[in-house]
Amino acid sequence: MDILGIPILTLLIFFPIVGAVVLLFINKEKAGALRVVTLIFAIAEFIFSLPLFFAFDSKTAAMQFVEDWWWIQAYGISYKVGIDGISLLLVLLTTFLTVLCILCSWTAITFRVKEYMISFLFLETGMIGALVALDLILFYVFWEVMLIPMYLLIGVWGDPKRRIYAAIKFFLFTMAGSVLMLVAILILYFINLKATGKPTFDVLELYKLGIPAGTQYWLFAAFALAFAIKVPMFPFHTWLPDAHTEAPTAGSVILAGVLLKMGTYGFIRFAMPLFPRAAFDLLPVVSVLALIGIIYGALVSMMQPDLKRLVAFSSVSHLGYVMLGMFALNMQGVQGSIYQMLNHGISTGSLFLIVGMIYERRHTRMIADFGGLSKVMPIFAAFFMIVSLSSIGLPGTNGFVGEFLILLGVFQSNVVYGVLAATGVILGAAYMLWMFQRVMFGKITRPENEKLKDLNAREITIMVPMVILIFLMGIYPKLFFNKMDVSVERFLKDFKGKIEMKTDVPAPILKAEIVKGENR
Amino acid sequence: MKIPEIDLYLIAPEIVITAFAFLVLLIDVFSPKKEKKGYLGIISLIGIIISFLYTLPLMGSPQSGFAGMFTSDGYALFFKITFLIIAFLTILISIGYTRREGIEFGEYYALLLFATLGMMLMAAGTHLIIIFLGLETMSISIYVLAGMMREDRRSVESALKYFLLGAFATGFLLYGMALIYGATGSLYLKDIASYISAKNLLRSPMLLMSLVFLTIGFGFKVASVPFHMWTPDVYEGAPTSITAFMATGVKAAAFSALVRVFFSALPAFRPDWTSIMWVIAVATMTLGNIVAISQTNIKRLLAYSSIAHAGYILVAFVAGNDLGTSGILFYLMAYAFMNIGAFTVVILLGKKGEENTLINDYAGIGFKYPLLAAAMTIFLLSMAGIPPLGGFMAKFYVFSAAVKGKFYWLAILGVLNSAVSVYYYLRVTVLMYFRESEREITGLQFPPASVFALIVAVVGTLYLGIFPSDVLSFAQRSIAGLM
Repeated sequence: MDILGIPILTLLIFFPIVGAVVLLFINKEKAGALRVVTLIFAIAEFIFSLPLFFAFDSKTAAMQFVEDWWWIQAYGISYKVGIDGISLLLVLLTTFLTVLCILCSWTAITFRVKEYMISFLFLETGMIGALVALDLILFYVFWEVMLIPMYLLIGVWGDPKRRIYAAIKFFLFTMAGSVLMLVAILILYFINLKATGKPTFDVLELYKLGIPAGTQYWLFAAFALAFAIKVPMFPFHTWLPDAHTEAPTAGSVILAGVLLKMGTYGFIRFAMPLFPRAAFDLLPVVSVLALIGIIYGALVSMMQPDLKRLVAFSSVSHLGYVMLGMFALNMQGVQGSIYQMLNHGISTGSLFLIVGMIYERRHTRMIADFGGLSKVMPIFAAFFMIVSLSSIGLPGTNGFVGEFLILLGVFQSNVVYGVLAATGVILGAAYMLWMFQRVMFGKITRPENEKLKDLNAREITIMVPMVILIFLMGIYPKLFFNKMDVSVERFLKDFKGKIEMKTDVPAPILKAEIVKGENR
Repeated sequence: MKIPEIDLYLIAPEIVITAFAFLVLLIDVFSPKKEKKGYLGIISLIGIIISFLYTLPLMGSPQSGFAGMFTSDGYALFFKITFLIIAFLTILISIGYTRREGIEFGEYYALLLFATLGMMLMAAGTHLIIIFLGLETMSISIYVLAGMMREDRRSVESALKYFLLGAFATGFLLYGMALIYGATGSLYLKDIASYISAKNLLRSPMLLMSLVFLTIGFGFKVASVPFHMWTPDVYEGAPTSITAFMATGVKAAAFSALVRVFFSALPAFRPDWTSIMWVIAVATMTLGNIVAISQTNIKRLLAYSSIAHAGYILVAFVAGNDLGTSGILFYLMAYAFMNIGAFTVVILLGKKGEENTLINDYAGIGFKYPLLAAAMTIFLLSMAGIPPLGGFMAKFYVFSAAVKGKFYWLAILGVLNSAVSVYYYLRVTVLMYFRESEREITGLQFPPASVFALIVAVVGTLYLGIFPSDVLSFAQRSIAGLM
């Protein structure tokens, strides 16, 4: 479906590349022009994405704005894109955050502006593509395409000390996970080919497939590994603090805001509906890892001397909630989980912006170097407070809605998990507030901090939309839930329907075959 | 004895190449000037284009001639096109390179054309002698080409090493062929296959020995473990343009013959060679990738990476199904573009007396020569198998063939290897973009022909990655008569 005769999703995917090509023709000395042009493209992209929200039909769970063309027909690989209530909001979040990221790089990026902006636009293409792809190979392609610009963002414009280590670690972790997913995709393809005789990588077609339980475990494990690394779930999270800490501010914002969501989105769009039996049986494993992530992430955050590392570890904790809610497998849990994905993008994204702003002024991120900033930077303090409270999940802010729904869902499915997860909320409040107190209140101990300038107009422009969203999503969540209700209902119905179907009756054929292949 | 029919139009592409090779030699002899032989390169390019034009009308109808010794089926034609592309790109990059290095001899281009001729015969031969003659024509030309820089000790060492080991390996190959003849009484691939199945010679020790010898002989040419020892030294010492030619052309030619001989003549032994090749494939991928990690010279790094790529192609060979065979064809074509492209960048970054082949020399060129570095990044990422580049699609077909053939562990080991390889390919990009240069590399020359080759390689790599359909369905049609 198009809007005004324009294939809207294709436009959204490739428009940033058009921007990148335009940038190629601008002299690299003209940093100002480069920034303005990139901003114009980012804003235009955001505006183009808005009609999705308004034209979206929230009464159907079917994919919307679908475009379906053959890419490699002989193999059944198609260029099929479409969105439903689950991906709609993530797409909007991506286009929205990209605008803010360009804005916040305005003065932070002073060298190689051209290459930076081009990388960022390519990154946006990769992210949108991965979110709207409905063909497994197309998804895989965009999933990998995201890696390279992000790798460059960390490696070139990152913190000089450990940027190279962080960039390589980021790339290799993600790559190692995703290649196994590629094998799983291929196995899935051939299972489907054998069962239906029709070559296809279309997820919607593959959803219909009943796969023997023994096979499902292997395939789910491969998909889950790729996504768990991206989320990141404990114990695959070690790349995250490094990547976040070393990346430039905008890189951290987009990494936290969108790239991590690719992992959770991958679970809900691919791993769970494709392999429901395995997902259901492995539920305790995933939940326990999510719980460890919640509590471990919070505890480690508390001990961090570095602001950015603190926020990075808080991501591990927050994403633990997302995973836990998703695997509660009820309406509240899953909706809360999706909502929390958006929240995390906004709250943690804002936190990284805040840390970036203070870093630009002081060139340090150590908590010990600050103290008493609220006196010299009152506007900054106000924004910081709101954002911190949203991250903690204070009622009235977006964080509350998400965490509350997740906990509600988790308590329904397993009380023990619920109790443990709730302790994470307390720890979350503890590390955020303690950090806030150490940075903002008390006496000014360092003379350098006395003359800090408060936020300028550009920085306020960045923060205001974030704050508006924090409150809008906290006070009137219905606006957003409306869009996802039907899709989530459908997801759960399909999921449960497939578990009740006895898919585990046929012998685990593939397992035997794997063993056979090994002996060859 | 009846004189076999002479089907000259079937070998028209080969005739054109031969004629132009002689033409180049003649003009060289009668040309007065000692220097400035670049126009001979242009003449060779024209020869290649004409040969290509003669190849096109042969498509669509598989025919064999010369009493069945020579075939012009889709398989042969696909490979011929690949060889012509490789030769075309190699000559393009040679024009500037030979002038810079002072090896601008007329023989250079003539030998390149003869080597191409040998490759084309290897792909088209359906008779062991034709295949062997092709192999020798190619190999002897390359031995000489590798030693072209006769003042340079490493080049001479490279040529000698390649010659001695190559001759030894060819001996194995010939012995294997002789054993086949001894056991079956024929050198025609089809007759060998039918004789084996008719007489049920599956446990014939002579044939099993010949299988081993053929594996060694071809294994040497494709640089598979454990017959890879020569590769890094030879690749490092040979003139870089010839290294590019060897890494793509010789490998492709050896694979073309390997696949045809094993699939057409010895299909009955598939269970035997599957298990041998499984081990060789895994060893080749793993050794190539792991040793590449510790390399400090870009030519050696690419040499080990080319060993690893031979391993990936062997994965498709082991899978042995239609997907695998067409995957081999696609892979070799994609590999030609990305590998010659990478070597072109290596050439362009050097100058006379200063090759700049240490990986550390690449520090900081990302922002100094942005387009060159961007091209290199595309080639390296393509070799690492990152979409949407040709190398990804090639690996995708290879691994899907393995999965289809139910070689799950082979596919898993393959993709894990591919993930390992990302590390050393990235290391080059790390240096190019993330490090400042320690010393200035200035005064580089960019001959137009080399730049054109670079553009062709980039376009080819992107085209095969983004629109692989056409070439792939061509590859699929090409293997129709093979199995």
